[in-house]
Amino acid sequence: MPTVSMTVNGREVSADVEGRTLLVEFLRDELGLTGTHVGCDTSQCGACVVHVDGRAVKSCTTLALQCEGADVTTIEGVATNGALHPMQEAFREHHGLQCGFCTPGMIMTAIDMVERHKGGTLDEATIREELEGNICRCTGYHNIVKAIQSAAEKMA
Amino acid sequence: MSETGIGKRLPRMEDHRFITGKGRYTDDINLPRQTYAAFVRSPHAHATINGIDTSQAEGAPGVVAVLTGEDVAADGIGGLICGWMIHSKDGSPMKAGPHPILAQGKVRYVGDHVAVVIAETKAEAQAAAELVEVDYDPLPAVAETAKASADGAPQIHDEAPDNTVFEWSLGDEAAVTEAFDKASHVTTLELVNNRLIPNAMEPRAAIGDYDSGSDSFTLYTTSQNPHVARLVLSAFVGIAPEHKLRVIAPDVGGGFGSKIFIYAEETVCVWAAKRVGRPVKWTGDRSEAFLADAHGRDHVTHAELATDGDGRITGMRVKTIANMGAYLSTFASSVPTYLYATLLSGQYDIPAIYCEVDAVYTNTAPVDAYRGAGRPEATYVVERLVETAARELNLSPAEFRRRNFITEFPHQTPVIMAYDAGDYGASLDKALELVDYDGFEQRRQESERNGKLRGLGFSNYIEACGIAPSQAVGSLGAGVGLWESAEVRVNPTGNVEVLTGSHSHGQGHETTFAQLVSDRLGIPADQVSVVHGDTDKVQFGMGTYGSRSGAVGMSAIFKALDKVEAKARKVAAHVMEASESDIEFKDGQFSVKGTDKKMAFGEVALAAYVAHKFPTDEIEPGLKEGAFYDPKNFTFPAGCHICEVEIDADTGVTRIVNWVAVDDFGTIINPMIVEGQVHGGIAQGVGQALTEGCRYDAESGQLVTGSYMDYCMPRADDLPSFNLGFTETACPSNPLGMKGCGEAGAIAAPAAVINALTDALGVKDIPMPATSEVVWRIIQENKPRVAAE
Repeated sequence: MPTVSMTVNGREVSADVEGRTLLVEFLRDELGLTGTHVGCDTSQCGACVVHVDGRAVKSCTTLALQCEGADVTTIEGVATNGALHPMQEAFREHHGLQCGFCTPGMIMTAIDMVERHKGGTLDEATIREELEGNICRCTGYHNIVKAIQSAAEKMA
Repeated sequence: MSETGIGKRLPRMEDHRFITGKGRYTDDINLPRQTYAAFVRSPHAHATINGIDTSQAEGAPGVVAVLTGEDVAADGIGGLICGWMIHSKDGSPMKAGPHPILAQGKVRYVGDHVAVVIAETKAEAQAAAELVEVDYDPLPAVAETAKASADGAPQIHDEAPDNTVFEWSLGDEAAVTEAFDKASHVTTLELVNNRLIPNAMEPRAAIGDYDSGSDSFTLYTTSQNPHVARLVLSAFVGIAPEHKLRVIAPDVGGGFGSKIFIYAEETVCVWAAKRVGRPVKWTGDRSEAFLADAHGRDHVTHAELATDGDGRITGMRVKTIANMGAYLSTFASSVPTYLYATLLSGQYDIPAIYCEVDAVYTNTAPVDAYRGAGRPEATYVVERLVETAARELNLSPAEFRRRNFITEFPHQTPVIMAYDAGDYGASLDKALELVDYDGFEQRRQESERNGKLRGLGFSNYIEACGIAPSQAVGSLGAGVGLWESAEVRVNPTGNVEVLTGSHSHGQGHETTFAQLVSDRLGIPADQVSVVHGDTDKVQFGMGTYGSRSGAVGMSAIFKALDKVEAKARKVAAHVMEASESDIEFKDGQFSVKGTDKKMAFGEVALAAYVAHKFPTDEIEPGLKEGAFYDPKNFTFPAGCHICEVEIDADTGVTRIVNWVAVDDFGTIINPMIVEGQVHGGIAQGVGQALTEGCRYDAESGQLVTGSYMDYCMPRADDLPSFNLGFTETACPSNPLGMKGCGEAGAIAAPAAVINALTDALGVKDIPMPATSEVVWRIIQENKPRVAAE
């Protein structure tokens, strides 16, 4: 089996994996980082979104081997020194989650979205369009949109 | 008054683990030496099994065992049950075929469980499942609801001739016939309540574990009601005696009904764990969820409304065919009967109602409760009829409704339910104000100038929640009582553990239940932890569905708190050397009337455990109380939702431009959480109306909408922000005055959307889901008229 090495949440990791191992399987099964979820098998629900070299990526559709040498951040790595990221805070403050299953992917997508729109406009319509790749069945998105708007102001 | 008590918008206690990736869902749990299960599923909608050759699979890498229906039978394991008995009009009991956990000689829908492969890894189990050779003789299939009992339809279960499970009725047929004979106007609609696939974001999963040392089993599973799962697996399936089976439902990623039921997969995992002597884990993928989770709705209905010359409703007649799928799921039979026809009076004073329901088997996945369960179907019938009648009578939809509202309570409907409280005019008035009803005509003209069609649709829903009292549901055929249990354990240091039989899978019980305790005992909510979802910890529970956790589950906690307070008063009286009748308890302080003596709740808790200052032959040490609560009546949340749409006449694309919801849920514990429940419910209802529709190929019975590529889940840009309001009439049937809020949006929304679309398009009806293609075709068909208007 080939060996893959990458940085996950600031820690160097290395393991022998089958060629077909997906990034999400590597994170969940090999590293025990179960905050990243699998909600579908067609790359549409977005529960598995993580950051690879600063970009939001669906880890269910990425091979672990593709991430050789990459810098990966998962939901477990978003808070720094125990302080929640403004996006995490905003999701709690605005009740942007219910069952919590889509939440890690939503937060990772939302952080990426706000970073990409820094200096530009991130209005409600844009946020809703940007959430195309993340499905939530609980919230009707209303409070997710509010949370992202609120966090965007704090992250500006 | 507690800062974290009833009525406060307290951020959720459970959120920290979810936003930091520390939630613990079933698939996040791994046991030492665990194996992985993969199911061999039927590729045919209907077929006889001549034989199963497992030899190749058994020899595949990593395979531990391959088990089939023969092994199930050899171990004396029973089939799955339907826990609600329905009797047909002629008095005969419903005709249910067996529901084996692995097929016994026949398969009845695409996805039916035929065999299971257990292997060292998930990939090895899945690869070996492909090697199981099943010799099928395909049979003709029927997937369509309306054709299930047609001449020549294939027989699905020998026990149910013509694929008819029951032919049930409710109401006074003669009175309804008379009302229609005398009616000055009759409104008729042919309605299809489209089949839906629930799609909780966490796919179902299970881990079965067997401990030979104690001869006991543990099942980790994605359940809304772990105690009910244990009861069914013990008493009916015969996996293990109840005291030798522990069921744990840890964090569960949404349910919406689909995780109430006891399915084949978890049953197989727990049974197979003893067979192979190792834990057996199964995590469904989304494709399996589409195939084999219980689906929802799927009614074909003929509905009529009779009115007199004054625009008053005099009668309603409804005939429904309800698709049960290939097997009767756990509560399937109750959904199109007592959860449906009993709500056909809506918010209206209707003297005579008669409803017939034929339940049919088809070669499709089982159909059972999905958010709202029967009540969305009832509301759709009532509110589509009422809106259509108003238009036919040239009355405004608001005025026609107002003319027919029930205004005096209690109100006995002709379909069992006795409404206890409500003010339907108040919610309508508030909704009209929030939607700026008076300004609608101007907005409509403005849209028209831009080539758009604008419409407004009402839905004045009512639902019956709590699904209790036990005697009442027992008389209607339920196999269980529908009370709830709770235990309040006060620790010596004064903090509190609440053990509840309700189960939270998104509803925020860890917060709202703590708010109740905070309110009653005057301690901060963060001094309260809520324990649920483990049959070894919680005494018993009926679980969470039917918006019952507030009205029933919290009432049980309330009752246990009464007992805690009563005992704490006794303890406080002894410690402060006062008469018990002089003890007052307010804001977390026990005090002696007329003196400055006082003790904080925590001090009394400590005194109860130290037990130095009271006679323990009169008062037992400790401070822990349990309660079982059975409500007096169902609860009746109701409200008015108004949907305003704008349609692009060139493309048929519908945009919801305004959504107003004014709900009466009685007492609200946490407005933020309640609003969230309404938002999510509306989104699911809008999904049913505009985007979601399960399709089976009529000939082959293949599921056509088997992934998110084909089944359109509402995305963020399919929905607007919602404009919510509340009115409040306290529910007299439980001590907190709560009614329940979990299903309201899903119940109200479909009729509101379709009423808005038909208003915009000037047509009588439009089928769900009203996708842009459907809308565009209707615009094309009606073009001359639309243009002329």
